[in-house]
Amino acid sequence: MIGDIDPTIIHLTVFVLAVFVGYHVVWNVTPALHTPLMSVTNAISSIILVGAMLAAGPLETDWGVWLGAIAVVLASINVFGGFLVTQRMLEMFRKKDKKGNV
Amino acid sequence: MSANFIALAYLVAAVFFILALKGLSSPLSSRRGNLFGMVGMAIAVTTTLTITQNWMLILGCIAIGGIIGSIVANRVQMTAMPELVAFMHSLVGLAAVFIAIAAVNNPVSFGLPEILPMGSKLELFLGTFIGAMTWSGSVIAFLKLSGRMGGAPVIFSGQHAINLLIAIAMIGFGLWFFFSETTNWTAFIAMTAIAFVLGFLIIIPIGGADMPVVISMLNSYSGWAAAGIGFSLGNPMLIIAGSLVGSSGAILSYIMCKAMNRPFLSVILGGFGGDGANQVASDGTQKTYRSGSAEDAAFLMSNADSVIIIPGYGLAVARAQHSVKELAEALHKKGVNARFAIHPVAGRMPGHMNVLLAEAEIPYEQVQEMEEINSDFSNTDVVLVLGANDVVNPAANVPGSPIYGMPILEAHKARTVIVVKRSMATGYAGLDNDLFYMEKTMMVFGDAKKVVEDMVKSI
Repeated sequence: MIGDIDPTIIHLTVFVLAVFVGYHVVWNVTPALHTPLMSVTNAISSIILVGAMLAAGPLETDWGVWLGAIAVVLASINVFGGFLVTQRMLEMFRKKDKKGNV
Repeated sequence: MSANFIALAYLVAAVFFILALKGLSSPLSSRRGNLFGMVGMAIAVTTTLTITQNWMLILGCIAIGGIIGSIVANRVQMTAMPELVAFMHSLVGLAAVFIAIAAVNNPVSFGLPEILPMGSKLELFLGTFIGAMTWSGSVIAFLKLSGRMGGAPVIFSGQHAINLLIAIAMIGFGLWFFFSETTNWTAFIAMTAIAFVLGFLIIIPIGGADMPVVISMLNSYSGWAAAGIGFSLGNPMLIIAGSLVGSSGAILSYIMCKAMNRPFLSVILGGFGGDGANQVASDGTQKTYRSGSAEDAAFLMSNADSVIIIPGYGLAVARAQHSVKELAEALHKKGVNARFAIHPVAGRMPGHMNVLLAEAEIPYEQVQEMEEINSDFSNTDVVLVLGANDVVNPAANVPGSPIYGMPILEAHKARTVIVVKRSMATGYAGLDNDLFYMEKTMMVFGDAKKVVEDMVKSI
């Protein structure tokens, strides 16, 4: 029975469930952290790095591979930039906590 | 590595991404959350490396991107966060387009059949056009936020009709691509090019202060673009990560619209506050206001029992967050209860003010959200409005006003109001603010940073 289902339908199932998970998780984010939320989601959306790596993957290099390689660079800027800037912002919120507890 | 093992590793990565967002529910768990995100990404990338052949090229490209990204992340000013986020959205969009083109060129390297089936074509179409619109829209948002392009909305007659025609043309080319037996490059390239143009056209009519909505919306787009690519490649991890980001951006857009009491559609269609001069109620009478010096304001605040400071975009522009912290400290030393009130749409992106105040190391419990603090204004001696305007405009309570119904910080209920502003110019909504003409209000003109520094000196 499962074998007869088009993979797209299974992906659609995953998609719908993931949207619900996202919805519930994000409503719990405290408003003070909305900017870090944007930068971390930005880093997470650069998961398309995986797609870019597949595009740059084949050994016989044609222009598609080079396009993939550029995409790898673009997505990596985002992965590193996104997570590191989030880290930097969250460190600032920590300093604040320390002071508050004194 | 077996396909099943790879799928399981991707599942683990997806769970880490969910935990990353969950961590942001409190500042205490947030750093661990960010770490989870990094671990998830590391797992995903390492797993993918095992199924690609061109290691050297890929690792080299990751290194280049990583170095650029790290430098940018370390150097960026906190006041420039909105620009940075817009810039990063644009990269996701462009990368999505490149991946889709590469997939059309060589489907086999993505594990797709040589002749693309209808389903894959549809998914590639979706991924490409969302990616292209994300890129060009984010570029415009970046230019507007960084001041390289005027923040005012660009409007011309028939704009929406033109956009609609362009969108129909784009879908037409998409269908042509979809129903062509072989790979129809003409249709695909035309569709992509139109999507780029559409992204520009959709964002140019939206003005500066609606940027919190735009930037959240583009955040959402970048997620959907990733999910679209996930569908094309049949990769559930990309679908999950993309959907998380997509729904996060959508929720933030909703929260921002709610905080301005404007329907999402009206923000997106744009043009709000463009022709400010026409919207100002001109009843002919010259209204009078009282202005004073920073020293006068400092005197009022140091003799008060309670002070609430309302920061706005002007604080970010003047980079006055550190001076404001000194002001709050000076007031505390005098025994004044000084706190900060933050409106959800203050600044140019969600949570913008919180980050700036955090950077200045202002203690957490002194910073309060609108709902928490609004009932306290009537018992407050002095309110200091720093570079904010529309979010304290009592016109929001007057039926018929363009901003009627928008939740505001009720600064007008305090005993005395001090407004620091560069001039009497109207805010983004193009509305006169009655708060400025109240008898209990004192205007202090000048750059927010300079004025606050002067206040600190005389307290």
